[in-house]
Amino acid sequence: MSTPEKDKTRKFRAAKRMREIMTEYYIDAKSAVQTGRKVAWITSGGPVEPLIVMDVIPVYPENYGAMIGASHMGGDLCSKAEALGYSTDLCSYARADIACAIENGGPIGGLPRPDMLICCNNICGTVLKWYEIHARYFNVPLFIFDTPFCHTEFPEIARRYVRSQLDEYVSFLEGVCGRPFDLEKSREVGALSLQGQRLWQAVLDTAAHRPAPMTAFDAFFFLALIVTLRGTKTVVDFYQELLAEMNERIDRGIWAIPNERYRLLWDNLPVWYRLKWLSETFEAHDACLVADTYTTAWCGSMKYIDENNFFDSMAEAYTRIYLNIGIDEMVKTIYTMIDKYEVDGMVMHSNRSCKPYSFGQYDIQKMIQEHKGIPCMVIESHMTDERSFSESQTATRIDAFMEMIKQKKG
Amino acid sequence: MRTAGIDIGSITAKAAIMENGAVLGTRVIFTGYNVEIASRKVYDELLAELDMPGSAVEKIISTGYGRNSVPFAHKAMTEIICHGTGAHFLRNDIRTVIDVGGQDSKAMVVDGSGMVRDFVMNDKCAAGTGRFLEVMARALEVNLDDFGAQSLKAANASRISSICTVFAESEVISLISKGESRENIIAGIHDSVASRVYAMAQRIKASAPIMMTGGVAKNIGVVRALEKKFNTAIEVNEYAQVNGAIGAAVLAARL
Ligand code: SF4
Repeated sequence: MSTPEKDKTRKFRAAKRMREIMTEYYIDAKSAVQTGRKVAWITSGGPVEPLIVMDVIPVYPENYGAMIGASHMGGDLCSKAEALGYSTDLCSYARADIACAIENGGPIGGLPRPDMLICCNNICGTVLKWYEIHARYFNVPLFIFDTPFCHTEFPEIARRYVRSQLDEYVSFLEGVCGRPFDLEKSREVGALSLQGQRLWQAVLDTAAHRPAPMTAFDAFFFLALIVTLRGTKTVVDFYQELLAEMNERIDRGIWAIPNERYRLLWDNLPVWYRLKWLSETFEAHDACLVADTYTTAWCGSMKYIDENNFFDSMAEAYTRIYLNIGIDEMVKTIYTMIDKYEVDGMVMHSNRSCKPYSFGQYDIQKMIQEHKGIPCMVIESHMTDERSFSESQTATRIDAFMEMIKQKKG
Repeated sequence: MRTAGIDIGSITAKAAIMENGAVLGTRVIFTGYNVEIASRKVYDELLAELDMPGSAVEKIISTGYGRNSVPFAHKAMTEIICHGTGAHFLRNDIRTVIDVGGQDSKAMVVDGSGMVRDFVMNDKCAAGTGRFLEVMARALEVNLDDFGAQSLKAANASRISSICTVFAESEVISLISKGESRENIIAGIHDSVASRVYAMAQRIKASAPIMMTGGVAKNIGVVRALEKKFNTAIEVNEYAQVNGAIGAAVLAARL
């Protein structure tokens, strides 16, 4: 049992700052009408930098979805969407968000009305229909940024195709905002975006230390900024501060799990409404989820970015993100993470909401077991729809998985 | 050293008491809604049957869904590990354990020393579990205990294609109204459970020798259907239903 004193030191200083930034961000977004700024709703993997250049406030229904999940409002909102005729098989972010828009409900009193919608299908096909629904409902222009699936490589024809859409994207923004795109500012934003991604990766990398100063559950929390405000100085400053705090923890010996014995890798989105329970359940086994494929996705395609030509190289970076590549490529990323973070096992969340993420997990599991010889377990649920989570079933799987790892490792 | 294992499942509670590697006795009762009371009751009844005071037992491990609600256990462990250990204890060359209980089914791959190497559980769905069989028995108005024997009399197993319990039930009802024989329908139901369990076990590369445990192992129809799928004989012994409790008692000796 940890004493209250210990718990205090284990709390992150940066968490308070992060909450302040997110609050300011949502206040800005919600008062955009008064301040004369425009609001764009954008998908989580969409190219946000051009919006920052145009001083448009990006708002993320998916980040909002996470908020809905964490505040246990997902089940109710999903059932409202089902009453409107949406299928229970639909992504729970989409269901909850559509219900919020139409019902005018949800956390923080709903999202601010969009002036435009930016939909990039590098994460899934669901977003296309989801954003079309919003475009009809709000009667605002929709820009679709189409990124072809990259099984293994990025052919020239795809590069040209995606690159040409960046020009269309810019003209679309110029049209809606009635202002020209500032190339000089675009370079600045690009540099900040890249810097932000590098810092985020550096923060995640601190968990390679044994024992780890942070867990994937902390990463799920601190992720919000790289998703929402990528390309701004706020993100860079914040992650610098967070990185310093992580390093300080390593120096002072403050570990995420007091008696870390087992290190695990998490795959897929978090179960937003069960973060605390999951983290406590793993901690009770002295197991630390040191890394995850999800939060890494926001810095995973940095390697394709050309520092001196951010704008053009964005085409490739945004196309080759984790959910838009084949299983062979995904598994390479996972192997690297297994080695880098020295993990003893993998926990896969088979997330019925997110098909592109969950499809292929059993194949990936097999490949990992064969090539890396580490055990994998599967938890089934929906990331925001708490009606589909079975605590006792999940607890049995986790306990059995940990007993198995203990037998193996001792 | 005397040890005990208490296995609290969704439908039945089981207890086993062992001494130096020999099973002294076992007992099975219905769980009811109070897990704590059930655990006490099954254990006390077994102690009484063996004419043994509680103090004669040194270590107790609880397992099953109610494992964390057994106040007198020294430790709780999952049924996955306990079934693996129990099967290895009963027959040490077993490589795969298939456990089908009231609300779930699982398969475990066990190594030469009885350690679980991998496991898989059914997803949140009653298909391929004892509950599925119960629902079907009700629809057919047949006592579940007679299911096994009846299905062996089938001339031609019916085909039940739905995985969903509710859909399968309506399929069964329409087969009844078409005049299909009970035996054929029951055999079809067993095939359906066996297909689900087989597909699941394939994921972890199940290999022979295979042992089946859990309450459903008492149903000879399911066992035969599984043998056909795996194309090998499946070991079911007298302790099938209490295997988890035995495994827990074996592990308790190592505490
Ligand atoms: S399906 Fe997956 S990628 Fe698409 S919106 Fe839902 S969670 Fe995101």
